[in-house]
Formats: sequence, C-alpha cells, structure tokens
Amino acid sequence: MNKRAIGFVLLVLTLAGVVVLSVTVGSRGLPPETIWAALTHHEPALPEHLIVSEVRVPRTVIGLIAGMALGLAGAVVQGVTRNPLADPGILGVNAGAALFVVIGISVFGLTDLIGYVWFSFAGAAGAAVLVYLIGAMGSGGATPVKIALSGAALSAVLGAATTAVLLTDADTFEEFRLWQVGSLAGRGAEVAVQAAPFLLIGAVLALASARVLNALGMGDDVAVSWGQNVTAGRLLCGAAVVLLCGAATAMAGPIGFVGLVVPHMARIVTGPDHRWLLPYAMILAPVLLLSADVLGRIVAHPGEVQVGIVTAVIGAPVFVALARRRRLAEL
Amino acid sequence: MTGVVAAQRRAEQRRATTATTGVLLAVVAMFLLTLSYGEFRVSLVDVVKSLSGSGLPAVDYIVHTIRLPRALTALLVGLAFGLSGAIFQRLVRNPLASPDVIGVSAGASTAAVTAIIVFGAGGVFVSVAALTGALLTATAIYLLSWRSGVGGYRLVLVGIGIGAGLSSITSFLMTRADVRVAQEALFWLTGSVNGRTWGHVQPLAAELLFLVPAAMILGRALNGLQLGDDLARGLGWRVETTRLALLVTGVLLAGAATAAAGPVAFVAFVAGPIAARLVGGGRPALPASALVGALVVLVADFIGAHLLGATQFPAGVLTALVGAPYLLWLLASANRGGKA
Repeated sequence: MNKRAIGFVLLVLTLAGVVVLSVTVGSRGLPPETIWAALTHHEPALPEHLIVSEVRVPRTVIGLIAGMALGLAGAVVQGVTRNPLADPGILGVNAGAALFVVIGISVFGLTDLIGYVWFSFAGAAGAAVLVYLIGAMGSGGATPVKIALSGAALSAVLGAATTAVLLTDADTFEEFRLWQVGSLAGRGAEVAVQAAPFLLIGAVLALASARVLNALGMGDDVAVSWGQNVTAGRLLCGAAVVLLCGAATAMAGPIGFVGLVVPHMARIVTGPDHRWLLPYAMILAPVLLLSADVLGRIVAHPGEVQVGIVTAVIGAPVFVALARRRRLAEL
Repeated sequence: MTGVVAAQRRAEQRRATTATTGVLLAVVAMFLLTLSYGEFRVSLVDVVKSLSGSGLPAVDYIVHTIRLPRALTALLVGLAFGLSGAIFQRLVRNPLASPDVIGVSAGASTAAVTAIIVFGAGGVFVSVAALTGALLTATAIYLLSWRSGVGGYRLVLVGIGIGAGLSSITSFLMTRADVRVAQEALFWLTGSVNGRTWGHVQPLAAELLFLVPAAMILGRALNGLQLGDDLARGLGWRVETTRLALLVTGVLLAGAATAAAGPVAFVAFVAGPIAARLVGGGRPALPASALVGALVVLVADFIGAHLLGATQFPAGVLTALVGAPYLLWLLASANRGGKA
C-alpha cells in the first residue's frame, strides 16, 4: 500500500471519530450508554432518545453530506478554473441563494426549510453560472482575480436586492437572518432526503471528472492534444459544481470557505492528481465541517455558534495566506 | 512642435475645467432640488431666500431643520467617499482598490453593528465605532498585503478575504439580537442619509474641514508617485511618507463618511472612474471624483426617497444596484483588452 492509500484510510477513520463526537457532544450532556441505547433500542417516549434521533443524528447526517458536497465542489471548481481562490462563498453562490430564499419567503410565503430548498438551489446555480460567465469573458479567460472580483460584485448586486426586500418586510427578515448564517442545526432528515438525488448525481459527475481535470490542469493545448474535448469537460465539471453547491446550500444555508480550504489541505498529501485529490477532499471536508460544528457547540455552551460562522472565522485567514502567495495563478 | 504640445495641453485643461464645472453645477442643482422637493414643496425662490436667512418661519423649519441636515449629509458623505475612492485607486494604481471593495467598509460595519447590538449604542458611539473599525481593518489589510511593498492585486484579494470574514461575523451578530435591533442594524448597514440631524452634520463637517484640504495638498504628489517609486524619489518626493499620509487620509475620509451615513455601497468605487471618463486624461482627478461622489449620493437619496412609490429606500440600496453592474462591466471590458 502506498502513502496516499494509507492516508485515505486514516482520513476515513478520523471521519468516523468526528461523527461519533458530533453525536455525543451537545448542550445536553448525555452518557454514552444512553446514546447507544437510543440508536439500538429506540424508545420514542424517552426525551433523551428523542434528542439523539431528532436532533443529533439528522444534524450529523446533514453535516456529513453537505461537507462532502462542499469539498468535492471546491476541488472541482479550483481544478476547472485553475484558480486556487475559487469557493462558493467568494463566487457569489451564497448571495444568489440568499436572494432567492428571501423572494421565496417574502413573495411566496415560505415558512419552512423544505420550501427553501428549491429556491436556494435555483439562486445558487444561477449565480454560479453568471459569475463564471462574467469572469471568463474575453481573451484572458477566468483568472483568479477576475473570478474573485466578479463574485464580489455580483454578491453586492444580489445583496442590495436582498436588502431592499428585507427593509420593507420585517417578517421576512426575522425568518431570513437565521437562515443566512449557515447552520446544521434544526434541519430535519426530510431536507437531506430532498437534496440527496442532486448530491448523488453531482458526486458521481465530480468523481468521474478526475481525468478531465488532470488533462485541463496541463493547459488547454495539452488537453486537446491528449484527445480531450475541453468544452465538454468544462461543462461536465460545471454541472457537477452547480449541483453540489446548490444542494449543500439548500441543506445547510450559506457556508463559506470549506470548499476553499479543503482542497488545499488535501493537495498537501495527494499532490495535483485529481484521482486522489477528489476522494480526499470528499472525506476531509465533512471532517472539517463537523469539527467546526462541534467546536461551535463547545465554545458557546450551552448555546452555540453556527457552523457557517466558525468556518468563516477559520477560513478567512487561510484565504488571506493564499492571496499572499507570489505565484497565485498556479496550482 | 512645442506649440502643438502646449495647445494640446491647453485643450485638455479646458476640457477638465468644463467637465468639473459641469459636475459642480449638477451637484448644486441636485442639492437645491433635495431642499425643495418633498411632501411639502418649497419653491426654489423660497429655498434660496430661506438659506440666505430671509424666509418665512414655516419654510425655515422645513428647510433648515428637516431637509438641510439630510441634504448636507448626502453632499458631504458623497464628497468624502468620492475623494477616498479616488485616492485609493490612484495610489494603488488599480481601479478596483476602493475602500468598499477591499474590506475597509466591512470593518466599519462590523464595528458599528457590534456597537448597536452588543452595547446597545446609538448616535455618536456608533459613528466612533465605525471610524475605529475602518482604521483597524485598513491597518490589518495594509500589513497583511505587505510583502516587500504593497502589490495592487494582493491588496485587493487580501481585502476581499478579510471583508468576507468580517461580514460573516456581522451576520452572526444579527442573529443574536432582538429583531427590532437587528433591523436597525440592517438599516445602518445599507447606508442611508434619512433622518440625519445637525448632530450628524457637525462632526462630519469638522472632520472634512481638515481632511479635504489635506487630500488636495497631498494629492499633488500622486502624479509623481504614479511615475513609479524610483522616479518619484529622483524628483525629490519622500515616497513612503507621502504614500502613508495619503493612505491615512483616504481611510479617515471613508471612515468619517461611513460613521455619518453607514457604508453607502460602491460610491467610493464608481466616483473615480466616472470622473476620469468625464474629465479625460485617464486618471481620476481628486476634485472631480469628490463632486461625482456627492452627485451620486444626492441622486440615489432623491430617487430612493421620492421616486419609488410609497416605500422609502435608503440611498445605499440604489448605489449598490447601480454601482456593482458598473464593476462587472469594468471587468468584462478590461478582459477584452487582455488586461486585469
């Protein structure tokens, strides 16, 4: 077994450990026996068992799937744009989802997370496509700076429209401000079920695009000479990113920086080969997301800090460190 | 030959003077319109009479107590943002380096929202917090993007990253507050000159009394700095000192404006490039940028207050809706030239 395979096994074990932590740590201290009993001999009448089955387990499952989606999406989007700073938060995806959710609440009277899913999905997908198109316009192609800036600018437009609605509608604001910070809490299992098909298709597309990404990484000319259809490859990757980001945002709300940081951490072990990078990112991201979520529960005990805040506070310094690197455009 | 160059230069000078005068007249016209238009209309003659101190008491109340503070805040805030944006853009030699794009405004916002929500502050304390936040963030961004000199794009990217982190802290604070307090914070975050009193105008005016002349004097060094550090040093400029003084002036201008009206989005960003286009010469001249900034805020406030039906929208909503597409257009058109 080589180094990367051993690393992968260790990573999966770490993920299992974090999953256990996520089920055991919470505002209500439950002894391990109780949690074990709740999972094996579930009694709906016991409140302790309900905490485990209705709160901790769905939350962990959503963190697991949303994390996988964000990690894969980050790795694919960084590969396809050859842009080390690409991330759903920076790319305006979150702002797009936010605007559509606000419209959903304000105009269509949505009140539950199930209803938000479709709107945030549509908004996220629309914004991702728009930002990439604007950033890629012209001969220079989609450089890191152009993508980051078109993301920032589009976020500002969408944000202004969101604010315009919120200022005129206090009820919508009350609903929205809680969705706006990404969180794994309070999402029922139905939300995960609803988003699952998209995630599954997105994950299959993403994992299947490893060879395409490796070819694109050599530059378009080399990719073409290898017999790679560059446009089709980009479209495949783009579809994967939109499905994954849209579904993750629909489930957990806007969570920034996970998709940005994870591929960089994975690349330290795997190098640039996407056949290893993608699976690594897919397992590492939920490790990070669930750890951040557990951390958010510990630091503000007995309340909690939403996971989106924790990831942003950890992720922003990493972004800055990456931006300081001299040769930015290279992976 | 020299005659041709001199004639060319005179023509450019004439165009710059004409354009700047044109913007100045537009600002004055918009200012008077803001004073005269509203639920109770005051004729322009009465406005001028009231301003010169010979108006009717009822008119005086509307003009002096209600409309003048708001109009003056819009004017001064716009001037400050426009000037600050142009200083940043010329200093970093990058049209994207305005304080609202690179996260200085995000710092002011996080500080102000902390003051509103955590400490229940209002009025002057919010302003002081915003100013402090802007200064601290600017210092952090400057130091973090320093790497044997501050590179233009590194500054922009570091600023965007810091801005993203800070705005998520702002959203977190919003979830923790009572919904009414949070909405107050949201209103502040949007940037508005609605309901401003003389208590807002006076500190802002006092700050600008120092900052605007400082900017104009230091601004003369910009042409020298634009030639590159070595040449500027050769011409006798103290490069680092001048650059630092200009940066501090720019941050203070943005901070003072944000303190008075909130982070009115994209005014600092668009004022410089619009001014450059009007005046010619390819670089945003400082006086013209300041005037364009004032015009943008006055117009946005007027539209938001009177032209969008029954609801009053804060100026910041309109400036972002107009300004951000301009940024996108700038990106798209710069790409076509193969630059950026």
